[in-house]
Amino acid sequence: MEFKGRSISKGFARGEVLLSREPISFYGGVDPNTGVIVEKGHPLEGKSIRDKILIFPRGKGSTVGSYIIYRLAKSHMAPKAIVNIEAEPIVAVGAIISGIPMIDKVDEKIFDLLRDGDIVEVDGDRGILRWMGRG
Amino acid sequence: MYLTPEEEKILAGEYGEGMRKAMEILVAIGKIYDAERLIPISSAQISGVSYHNIGDAGLEFLRDFSRGAKVKVKATLNPGGVDLGRWREMKIDKEFMEKQGEIIKIFTSMGIEPTLTCTPYLVGNLPSKGEHIAWSESSAVAYANSVLGAYTNRESGISALAAAIVGKTPMYGMHLKENRRPGIRVVLKTELRYRSDYSVLGYAIAKKTGHSIPYIEGVDKADLESLKLFAASIATYAGAAIFHIKGLTAEWMDFEAPKDYIEITKRDIEEGYGFLRDEFREVDMVWIGCPHTSLKELEEITRLLKDKKVATELWITTSRQVREKAERLGYIEVIEKSGAKVIIDTCVAVAPLLGKFQTLVTNSAKAFYYSRGVNRFKVKVANLEKCIDTALRGVWV
Repeated sequence: MEFKGRSISKGFARGEVLLSREPISFYGGVDPNTGVIVEKGHPLEGKSIRDKILIFPRGKGSTVGSYIIYRLAKSHMAPKAIVNIEAEPIVAVGAIISGIPMIDKVDEKIFDLLRDGDIVEVDGDRGILRWMGRG
Repeated sequence: MYLTPEEEKILAGEYGEGMRKAMEILVAIGKIYDAERLIPISSAQISGVSYHNIGDAGLEFLRDFSRGAKVKVKATLNPGGVDLGRWREMKIDKEFMEKQGEIIKIFTSMGIEPTLTCTPYLVGNLPSKGEHIAWSESSAVAYANSVLGAYTNRESGISALAAAIVGKTPMYGMHLKENRRPGIRVVLKTELRYRSDYSVLGYAIAKKTGHSIPYIEGVDKADLESLKLFAASIATYAGAAIFHIKGLTAEWMDFEAPKDYIEITKRDIEEGYGFLRDEFREVDMVWIGCPHTSLKELEEITRLLKDKKVATELWITTSRQVREKAERLGYIEVIEKSGAKVIIDTCVAVAPLLGKFQTLVTNSAKAFYYSRGVNRFKVKVANLEKCIDTALRGVWV
């Protein structure tokens, strides 16, 4: 199974999927020291995004979010790759300055076809996500 | 997106890591918004300066990013979190002051002027009509597009910085004339008497029109200061990058009045004031200067405070340049003799004041929004005379 998207931030990563059908705000929504989602009522509240292939529709919130992604990356708490349905500048810029591979414009069916824990590869240069197996 | 051979070279890292990263940011944003190409800019205004907002995450990024990076165009800086000369009086601790100082030093090392103001157009960063620029600071963006007729998107601190380093920005959104076309006609059916009325008007229009670009009729006159307050308010409440006012703004003649139509009545303005007033009587602080005050506003405040003593904190925020001019004219002496403070380099919304003051009276609807959000103030919006009167009385009457 392969999802063809668009390259946003270059690089290659392989890891476990973590899905969120809700947008994510990194500023205020993610603890910059631990990578745990802290937004009240968010479906991923209490879960860590560390080392995950984080798949969510789009970013939201303050542009300071780009800096939070950078801080997460520097303290090794960031996701391994980011996959969006529709990228917006906060998360896109955050991924670029942090060297995190990122693609967008993947089919929305990805939320039905993948499960948390699945192993996937993200090719940020070519904009491709490859399913490798159930975790 | 099309890149020239020169731009490709930058992206390949031939001009160093700082340029490469900056270019990568611009290309990604261009891609997201389907920009055809990059266009040269003549100036940048960079936000994300207060340590209170960007925190250690932002400081760390700036430390790394600034190595070897220099801006190519005139670039000015938004306010930071503290008046660099009066941090003790502002009840701000030393560690904050040091981190804030480092942030500003990093920006200046890249060639950015430490203007530390949200009104770059009052301190020499004044683009002409039709010039492409990359500004962050939403109030300045709305002012530049609408009043000056310059062309800028609502940039983030990082995208404005990247644009300043490369000297270009992706051509999309507000850089294309067709996207500046108004979507809704707003007919004002009441007279605006005070500048704060213009600020409340921004809120009232936002509430009725959402994200549509307004074409406003019925505003016969508005000075720079009123437009500055209006721009700040409509940018805050509608996320507006541009507005047109018939007879006043830079591009109103280029467009026809849209068919969709709403009215703003006296009642809408009254309801706006109603919304923009939290419940309280005892006042801790009065704040004028969101956006930063002009010389004319300082002159008016001087007149209102002459030979009087304030009973609350009265903070007037402005830029260093405007304060220096006011000092030469003797305004500062009169204002500060009353017990008020003319503070520079910062503003009440981005300073770390959480818990230090509880209640605030201001003449700006934007200040209402951010003082509540960032520093958890209870806030009331009133006209300048009423604000100063409240500072003298110490209570809201």
